[in-house]
Amino acid sequence: MNYSIILYILGCVLKFESGFLLLPAFVGFLYGETEAFSFIFTAAICFILGYFLSRKKPASKNLFIKEGFVTVASSWVLISLLGAIPFVLTGDIPNYVDALFETISGFTTTGSSILSDVEALSKTGLFWRSFTHWVGGMGVLVFIMAILPLMGGSTMNLMKAESTGPAISKLVPHVKDTAKILYGLYIGLTITEIFILRAFHMPFFDALTITFGTVGTGGFGVLNSSLGSYSPLIQYTVTCFLILSGINYTAYFYMLSFRFKEAFRIEEVRWYLFIIALSTGVITFNIRSMYPTWEESFRHASHQVATIITTAGFSTTNFDLWPELSKCILVILMFIGACSGSTAGGMKISRVVMLAKTVKKELSLIIHPREVRKIRIDGHVVEHQTLRNTNVFFVVYFIILLSSTLLLSIDNYDFTTNFTATVATLNNIGPGLAMVGPAQNFSIYSTFSKFILMFNMLAGRLELFPLVIMMLPSTWKRK
Amino acid sequence: MDIIIVGCGKVGYTLAELLSSEDHNLVAIDEKPERVSRITDSLDAMGIVGNGIDHKTLLDAGIETADLLIAMTGDDEKNLLCCVIAKKSGRCQTIARVRNPIYNAESEFLKKELGISVIINPDQTAALEIAKVFQFPSALRVDTFAKGRMELLHFKIGKDSPLLGMKLYNMNQTLKTNVLACTCMRGDDVIIPNGNFEFKENDIITIASTRKNAIDFFRKIGNVKHRVSSAILAGGGMISYYLAKSLIASGINVTIIDIDPVRCDHLSEDLPDATIICGDATDQSLLSEEGLEHVHGFAALTGLDEENILLSLYANEVSNARTITKINRLNFTSIINNLNLGSIVYPRIITADYILKHVRSTSFSLNSNVEKIYKLANGRVEALEFIIKEDSAVAGIPLLKLNLRPNTLVCCIYRNHKVIIPTGQDMILAGDSVLVVISGYRISDIREILEG
Repeated sequence: MNYSIILYILGCVLKFESGFLLLPAFVGFLYGETEAFSFIFTAAICFILGYFLSRKKPASKNLFIKEGFVTVASSWVLISLLGAIPFVLTGDIPNYVDALFETISGFTTTGSSILSDVEALSKTGLFWRSFTHWVGGMGVLVFIMAILPLMGGSTMNLMKAESTGPAISKLVPHVKDTAKILYGLYIGLTITEIFILRAFHMPFFDALTITFGTVGTGGFGVLNSSLGSYSPLIQYTVTCFLILSGINYTAYFYMLSFRFKEAFRIEEVRWYLFIIALSTGVITFNIRSMYPTWEESFRHASHQVATIITTAGFSTTNFDLWPELSKCILVILMFIGACSGSTAGGMKISRVVMLAKTVKKELSLIIHPREVRKIRIDGHVVEHQTLRNTNVFFVVYFIILLSSTLLLSIDNYDFTTNFTATVATLNNIGPGLAMVGPAQNFSIYSTFSKFILMFNMLAGRLELFPLVIMMLPSTWKRK
Repeated sequence: MDIIIVGCGKVGYTLAELLSSEDHNLVAIDEKPERVSRITDSLDAMGIVGNGIDHKTLLDAGIETADLLIAMTGDDEKNLLCCVIAKKSGRCQTIARVRNPIYNAESEFLKKELGISVIINPDQTAALEIAKVFQFPSALRVDTFAKGRMELLHFKIGKDSPLLGMKLYNMNQTLKTNVLACTCMRGDDVIIPNGNFEFKENDIITIASTRKNAIDFFRKIGNVKHRVSSAILAGGGMISYYLAKSLIASGINVTIIDIDPVRCDHLSEDLPDATIICGDATDQSLLSEEGLEHVHGFAALTGLDEENILLSLYANEVSNARTITKINRLNFTSIINNLNLGSIVYPRIITADYILKHVRSTSFSLNSNVEKIYKLANGRVEALEFIIKEDSAVAGIPLLKLNLRPNTLVCCIYRNHKVIIPTGQDMILAGDSVLVVISGYRISDIREILEG
């Protein structure tokens, strides 16, 4: 293992985090809050640590897939550990474990919270909480790749580990340019949403933070009612941008380069929009009796479907009170997640489509044992390696899901609570059902359980393998 | 530049490696997913799985805006067709690899009629490199510049060379020669020597000189090998064929040994003046029978690297011949370089360098004025030839006063049909051909050798 390059990249990550931390400090000064100093202090710590780690240029620039996974996993742990410090220093969240939970929930774009009263937080703290969504959405290392000239070809192994989806491909030949395009699109979406929200008279601070939560598909709000108390227009806007954020960014890249045909041919995006339409329709009918007008039930249904499938986890209403059919649909959507190559969590539609096609293929093989059949997506044959990887992902996913539910049950809450808490964290959704529902929070759990949930969030964001591989003893053995 | 490479086999990969290190936008196309993923995983390049003659695949790779397409598949017809399709669907230049000798004879016609910029025959290119060594056996490798007037010659310092322990600044004085030492490979290090440089055993030195001065220099340091008048080529592949042809043309007796009777039949049809032996080249008694002990040149050109290495080691042991070893794979180069194998020829690198030369030369990119380029010392040093334009920033100033970047050496100036080995007082003038040797950075214009 090439430790020197891992440390060097970690150093760069910390230096960038110190830059990120200055933003909430700036916001703090604008609102005249003394909390800003805690952020400056933490930024200084990050910078000093980062400076020392990245001072020595690595002797060997070899960055194999193993190093890529370890680098990404450890940098996410590290930025969370340091990003939690300001919450403790400002006194917003005095307990460090709780602060860490909140930070990891932020960076992994989960949006689960241990806070019962969000509005009690300082503006500075609220800004940082939402900003972590934005940073974590597209990924810190992808950001660094877009800016720093890292070491050429092998940085692909970093992008593979940090981006979402079963098969990561480059949009353009250079990794650096690919990262730039991704962040360009990301920033474009962000700015558009801020403008539209402002046009509908949302306060600027709220527009900013809600946008971070939307495009990063995170789900932290700044009010206790999440989005419930905003005007219907704002709620529709957020719904639309959630759906847009869950689309594979390759589609936007095609559209911007005038390749519309290819953009609309992406099978995954079509399935994604179909699933949203179908679920919204069913839920609208199902909850019709609970709301005065069709419009209102449609608004809540569409918002909740969008926010759950893109794994953001806002809420316009307490969906824990909805009929069982609607709740069940939402839990299924939690598993599916949005498109690969977006900022969303979950299993990703492309994986689900691939698994469904595998099942179809294997069934057909039982009928025609000598048949040779290839699985295709977007008309291209899917490589066997990708399929195998998807199957293993599925198995690992369920192992983590079951063991996490088992470990949470030590705290002796009901099954729905434990199961949906695991599902909501592992898929980076945010709220679950019952005692961790949209009107509740995760503070009921013991410290041990919180660590389990934190692991789930990180594992979910990094798509299991980086974190699991970091924990395998054989990764660290000297050979 | 936006470059598309079709075919990512051995040569394609080497080429992609070279080009991506020069910061080009590279798209690689191959039908085999594992070859494509090897490129995308380890190089800063994009890969597409597909067939290079498929117009849709080419469109995906961005043929409409690409500057250059290089067709490197193993199939001549596919390469040619691919270039034609590319030419029709975009504005790019094209390079095709074509190996079949039938096309080779018509390459000018093909280039003109099909609009292909460069047709490269890897076997022929490698054969020409080998032929140069046989024509001047004192050197390990010969690269020519300025229309053949200047040469870069590589040689290894033996254990009783008069150069041992000599300092560079009094070499020309002591030996009364007129050559310039450009680079030195010592173990794994590459040195661009200055005046205080001291020669050591096993250094591989590159000198720049004219042929006449070089002969004089090699005589004085006791490195004299007679002109090759007879040569044995082990293995009868395409390289042997082209090599034999060029050697026979310069009056050298050629014996080719190959084990395949069908191949021998073909060779004897195509090369009436060569002696074709059908037999196993690793058979010691057969080699002695064909006079290995007395032959002047021996080239191990079979398809197996291991066999070639053993053959050359054996030939060096039993004879005084100038040996040449062909190595296909690029693994374990550090070990191979330490063996006593004579000159080592890597056809992959020769092909890749040849193409790189075209990519960087004037015909392809407007902002470059490189005439010729050779990679020395495993690619870590480059020797480039420039033709100086009227308004060049380096012209008209004595070299001593030019603020050159470190690891830069102006080796030769070719002016009015005369070669000048420059001293600090000489200056570069417009119209000159200049040979510079650089290490540690890359340039595409002579101005870039200046600091800042």
